Amino acid sequence: MDYSYVYLILLLPVLSFLVLGLLGMKMNHKTAGLIGTVAVGAVFVLSCYTAYQYFIGIGRGADGLYPTVTAFNFTWLKFTELLTFNIGFRLTPISVMMLVVISTVSFMVHIYSFGYMHGEKGFQRYFAFLSLFTMSMLGLVVATNIFQMYLFWELVGVSSYLLIGFYYPLHSAVAASKKAFIVTRFADLFFLIGILFYSFYVGTFNFDLTADPVLAGKVAGASWVMPMALFLMFIGGAGKSAMFPLHIWLPDAMEGPTPVSALIHAATMVVAGVFLVASLFPLFVQYAPEQLHWIAYIAAFTAFYAASVACVQSDIKRVLAFSTISQIGFMLVALGVSMPDPTSVGVAMTPEYADAQGLGYMASMFHLFTHAMFKACLFLGAGAVIHAVHSNEKAYMGGLRKYMPITHITFLISCLAIAGIPPFSGFFSKDEILVACYNFHPVMGIVMSGIAMMTAFYMFRLYYVIFWGKSYYETHKGEEGVHAPHEAPATMTFPLIFLSLITCTVFLWADKAGQFVSANGHGFTTHINWPIATASTVLALLAIGLATFMYKGEKTPVADKLAKTFPTLYRAAYKRFYMDEVWQFVTHRVIFACVSRPIAWFDRHVVDGFFNFLAWGTNEAGESIRPWQSGDVRQYAIWFLTGSVALTLILISLL
Amino acid sequence: MIPVAFYFVLSALLFFIGVFGFVTRRNLIAMLISVELVLNSADLNFAMFNRILFPGQFEGFFFSLFSIGVSAAETAVAIAIIINVYRNFKSDQVNRIENMKL
Repeated sequence: MDYSYVYLILLLPVLSFLVLGLLGMKMNHKTAGLIGTVAVGAVFVLSCYTAYQYFIGIGRGADGLYPTVTAFNFTWLKFTELLTFNIGFRLTPISVMMLVVISTVSFMVHIYSFGYMHGEKGFQRYFAFLSLFTMSMLGLVVATNIFQMYLFWELVGVSSYLLIGFYYPLHSAVAASKKAFIVTRFADLFFLIGILFYSFYVGTFNFDLTADPVLAGKVAGASWVMPMALFLMFIGGAGKSAMFPLHIWLPDAMEGPTPVSALIHAATMVVAGVFLVASLFPLFVQYAPEQLHWIAYIAAFTAFYAASVACVQSDIKRVLAFSTISQIGFMLVALGVSMPDPTSVGVAMTPEYADAQGLGYMASMFHLFTHAMFKACLFLGAGAVIHAVHSNEKAYMGGLRKYMPITHITFLISCLAIAGIPPFSGFFSKDEILVACYNFHPVMGIVMSGIAMMTAFYMFRLYYVIFWGKSYYETHKGEEGVHAPHEAPATMTFPLIFLSLITCTVFLWADKAGQFVSANGHGFTTHINWPIATASTVLALLAIGLATFMYKGEKTPVADKLAKTFPTLYRAAYKRFYMDEVWQFVTHRVIFACVSRPIAWFDRHVVDGFFNFLAWGTNEAGESIRPWQSGDVRQYAIWFLTGSVALTLILISLL
Repeated sequence: MIPVAFYFVLSALLFFIGVFGFVTRRNLIAMLISVELVLNSADLNFAMFNRILFPGQFEGFFFSLFSIGVSAAETAVAIAIIINVYRNFKSDQVNRIENMKL
């Protein structure tokens, strides 16, 4: 069995992008949407088939590992024998898993967009960009080398930029798209520097250094550069994955259409950083275990920060955005804690995971999968709500459960999943992450449990303010511009149901997650760690209870009182702890004022001045001798004669 | 025998009359005639130096003949140009064609 058909996975979205991009304006909305959706649907089928082939059809090789299959690999640029830039298609357990995640969410988002974007201006453009994004993201995860990954990395960046700025007449959308592009591009600069360090000293772009003995020798000689190169690459990943302090673009990216937020800014693109670290995981383990721990600390702080901000935001998409940041923090923490902490007291809480270093890796990928499904569902649900009430602000919602039953149920299921309530998917993946954290260090475990509790709290706060509480419609009935919220059309509810069904059915195979993806490639059976699972479930239920107590009612006296009692804290959290202002200060007051302005002054006055002087001098000289060319031949003759006489006289005097 | 200085004086007179005419005249034909005078002074010098310095040889005389032939051809070209200028500008005055300088 071969994988010769996989090129279609990349080709179909490209074709769809080209057709829609070039001919889209000549089509009606339905045709354009169908082309995009059918292409992505085919990709979805192919991806599922590939996953089936990879995991079940062919399965493990003789050595008990899933083989790394390179379906095709073109050499694009050849620098040296080993250092070649290839474009190819590589299948590993995580890339196959990502194929399924991306194509599933993308397909669902395409279907959903039929309803959500119905009648919007630029409908064809929207689907063209979605196709471009899908192709880029798929290319990213199947990259055979880090340079190809970087190429597609930039492509997802640009498609994200295009889609955030989809409503380009809106000033805020333009500003948000620029911000997203600049911040991620700034982080990508470090990624590029990391790649350059890596390729210069190791002499390859490959992920796998064990393949060639020459490389192993080279990397042994350059082992000092590996931690730095890998950490620089992680900074690139941190930019895409919105890690503190590079997270500032993600909340603003919610200016884009909601299905885009679901696809790009929740399920796929923002986990590119996690995928990057996972792809480089063997290198991290071997050469930079210390940096892996830094990643865990940064991610844990980000998770905490984002969770605390999410508790007070009033724009429902912002809540989900911060929740995404927090959950990506969980994934990166899980990767970071895969290596045992040397300072850990080493409480062996889980004897069944003797080789605990694989657990965090598996947990991270598992959480990536489950999170993509339930977070996409949450975003799409939020989109359905926004579609119904025409606002992002929670003040315009409330009491929607009666009007939007399907959205309500699917949203509730996803909330339960993200809160970690069994038997929904989030419970299993979060449990594995927490086990890995407790194995790493009990403090890390306790911190992450606390953040998980906050997650449950803010998600249910969101749930209650949307679907319970005081109904805006009922209190403002009859006013101008207020009309009854209605359930979304079938194109929008189907993806919600589909994604929530996945969320509900993960428990059927949760114990096999370790069979598919593991750090060393060998499968293991995951167990639920009952003490941790029970504790986290109880904590989550407590948080949900608190959220119910505070936000379920028509009035929210406790929440209002808390906001009034701690106004500084409330305002600070609402303003995202002034991180945007800090960046504003750093860029405008420090970088622009102290570095850019003097350089610009030097450029304008010294460099430009010199060349302007040259041009001015030439011009002046020309202007002053211009009258000499009068066109009067006789005058020329006089000059000529005078010159000749003068020369003659000089010659004579010299003689 | 005519003294050498006479030839020099004649040649120099011809030359400066030609230059003076070229500079002062505005009529293109007159300027052409002036140029011919300058050329003739040079021809006269050729013939004279041949006669005085290398008697019995003929290079200088032949050079004069060549120069006369060339100046005849040049005059033909110049006349053709002048006629064209006259057709286009309806004038044979040199200061009327100053805008041909570019």
